[in-house]
Amino acid sequence: MTVMQAPAYRRAEYHGFAAGGSDFVYLVSAGAIFEIDAQVQAVLDRLDGQELGHAALVRELAGEGGDLAEAEALVRELRAVQLIHLGAAPLSVPEAPPADFPLQALVLNVTNQCNLACTYCYEFGADKIATPAGKPKYMTLETARASVDLLIAEAALRPSVHITFFGGETLMNFKLLRDVVDYANGATAAAGKGITYSLTTNATLLTPEIVTFLSDNRVGVTVSMDGPPELQDKHRVYKNGKGSYAVIEPRLRTLIAHHRTRAVTARVTLTEGVTDVVRIYRHLKEDLGFHEIGFAPVTTGETRAYSIDADGMDYVLAQFNLLAREWLEYALRGEMHGFTNVSETISELISGVNKSHPCGAGMGLMGVSPSGDLSPCHRFTDADTHVMGHVSSGIDRAKQGDFLSRGHVGAKYDCQSCWARPLCAGGCHHEAFVRYGDTGHANLHYCDWIRQWTDTCLHIYGELAVKNPGFLEHFAERKGLS
Amino acid sequence: MKHLRAINKKARRIDDAVPQMEAANEAAAASGATPSDMEEDVVALQQAPRPHVPMGCTLSFSPGWEVDAGGGTAGLCQPVERDIYDCYVTCFWPVQVPDHVNYSPDWASNCATATKDWRNLDLVFP
Repeated sequence: MTVMQAPAYRRAEYHGFAAGGSDFVYLVSAGAIFEIDAQVQAVLDRLDGQELGHAALVRELAGEGGDLAEAEALVRELRAVQLIHLGAAPLSVPEAPPADFPLQALVLNVTNQCNLACTYCYEFGADKIATPAGKPKYMTLETARASVDLLIAEAALRPSVHITFFGGETLMNFKLLRDVVDYANGATAAAGKGITYSLTTNATLLTPEIVTFLSDNRVGVTVSMDGPPELQDKHRVYKNGKGSYAVIEPRLRTLIAHHRTRAVTARVTLTEGVTDVVRIYRHLKEDLGFHEIGFAPVTTGETRAYSIDADGMDYVLAQFNLLAREWLEYALRGEMHGFTNVSETISELISGVNKSHPCGAGMGLMGVSPSGDLSPCHRFTDADTHVMGHVSSGIDRAKQGDFLSRGHVGAKYDCQSCWARPLCAGGCHHEAFVRYGDTGHANLHYCDWIRQWTDTCLHIYGELAVKNPGFLEHFAERKGLS
Repeated sequence: MKHLRAINKKARRIDDAVPQMEAANEAAAASGATPSDMEEDVVALQQAPRPHVPMGCTLSFSPGWEVDAGGGTAGLCQPVERDIYDCYVTCFWPVQVPDHVNYSPDWASNCATATKDWRNLDLVFP
């Protein structure tokens, strides 16, 4: 006998959490966060593991002699926001951005050369995907100008664009950097657009003159470094094996003291044995004076000596949670804390992002190699497998389309049952390629970690929404400024 | 909204959209275009949980598709043979039942509209 299922209410996909004395739901289909009252919780509990038709649900909620109209209104409200739905869940795959999505930022690899030989480097290390042999080592001014022109043309109606200078070691081609800023200021002004700049460096080549230039031109600086001397010098070494801490320390102090126009941030790469997040944070924030510090585990194949194993990642999470607690304490007092892994997540939670792709790579952002080849981002620079056009001939739309359709969260089977997908969307394309050989593969090795971290940040968000909601507004526009 | 408080931008957008959606739904329901699915006025005899159906009832006039509340045909208030009309008139299956070519050419002559005149159909005893 064929049995047809009567339409009955089910809970939508959500992640519930309690913070600051209130209950909340993070609604996965939208990325929306609602504070809920006890009656909503009662509905969700009632539908836990069972389905109920409309009349039955309303009757149960109203109880003996209860108010049917009130119960009916409650059900209608939950239905309207799609926290419950009648029958099968509606499809909720975020739409892909239009094919001609305007470019917003270019990462110029002004050189693929580096004066350090960090053992874990994704550009030179064991898991590198770059194929730089026979290609230019330094970007020429002609290529850089063509990049700027492409950025302006492809930015369409955007009011402003962004250039990130990257390497190799970026400052090994500082002369070009200076010329590009000069050219791009003129070209964007002529096009009626604004422009902002940022730079990533290992800090070994910083001079007072360079710092003055960076400050004068409002170039945001990110320093790649790993912490106090014994941690920094573990992997961030010169080719002869000598550590770099002693060289960069005085330069960092000059940078932080004299760069007055933009936040100076540190980007820490966590590796086996370099997982003391709190200690690293204290050193960089309190001893050296960085404004903000962000952490990320190294990208590696599974078997490298410096990759962090599962226990190591548990430790990293515990350390992250300690700092996150401190971030919240600061925020409750209305003070900014420099741990950017929280700040970035909060800024995504406040807008309620529901990503079709994990990041803007290949969409609003592209990398440019010293030769002028375009790639999805700086991590794919000089990799023959991922060329996506050239600054002289433009974006290769077929390759871009292929990259973006692979990377769409809807194409990642494993993500479809995960509540954290609106923020994660499967994780880094480059990490996926190194680990699984496919940019469209979900970063399965981080799933539990990402869910736990997102949960931590949701708790912070919820507590602030109750106790200091105004503070959250500081993060509303954060992404647009970085 | 009374029970939910929007605490991020996306939630506020939903909050703003809800009154508009409800107004549109009410307008559609009032015009009869899309009856509300909250009223549960359409049920299937074989759905789960099973609706209350008096023994013997069927609302279907297509043979082979109607069953009684027990999933069989024995409890239908009319014998299934009554419904042979639909085989005779509309069925895609290439067989005549009853055999109006040889034995019962006038079997349906008193039944202009099955839903109204089905009582005029009689059993066939060849």
